[in-house]
Amino acid sequence: MEALSALVAELTGDEEKAAAAASSAGFAYGLAAIGPGIGIGYLVGKSVEAMARQPEAAGMVRTTMFLGIAFTEALALIGFVVFILIGL
Amino acid sequence: MTMTDNPSPITTRLDGEAPEIQVSFDILKRGAYASPVIVAVCAVFAGLDGVFSALYGMALVLVNFFCAAGLVAVTARISLGLMMGAVLFGYIARLGLIFLAVILVRDASWISLTALGLTIIVTHLGLLVWEMRYVAASLAYPGLKPRRQ
Repeated sequence: MEALSALVAELTGDEEKAAAAASSAGFAYGLAAIGPGIGIGYLVGKSVEAMARQPEAAGMVRTTMFLGIAFTEALALIGFVVFILIGL
Repeated sequence: MTMTDNPSPITTRLDGEAPEIQVSFDILKRGAYASPVIVAVCAVFAGLDGVFSALYGMALVLVNFFCAAGLVAVTARISLGLMMGAVLFGYIARLGLIFLAVILVRDASWISLTALGLTIIVTHLGLLVWEMRYVAASLAYPGLKPRRQ
């Protein structure tokens, strides 16, 4: 943290802005990835429970689970796109 | 048997065909239908760079779908517990791969980051909604959809 503060103190105005944008983008991406991680864990956990209890319904559960994973992952992708648009 | 009394996700495994692969191929087919529109829209506001970026973004999204489907299909044949672990770590790994794929081309002369980002979001969500509509309308996953006699 001190190293970061020292680095920021040495930067000029534009560089400081760029550094702030990069670190903010990194935080945004990291925060955006937490929620979907929790969501996917919950989704897959419940799906596994359902498939273990009722294997004959596994096909439908897997299809729904796969689509659910992809939808949840879209949130992380939105965070990633914000990251590439403001941070790169 | 309709219900297992003591289900164990560690020892339970699922044989048979993998619906995720079928869903992924469906998504690929729909992506091929939608690609001219997405490429044209990107070409309008970002020119030739937009075209290449849109194609790259669509390829990223489709490869991401196939990686996710392949991971689930392979690990479900081994154990449901392994499938859960693979999905969770696969999520991190795939995000890392997408990050790497974008970092590698960010300074390329043919890339438009705005077009790339918008293509990733629109393609991902659009294809999913399209596929979900199909799956919901058929009331079964693609492998179980009744065929006309």
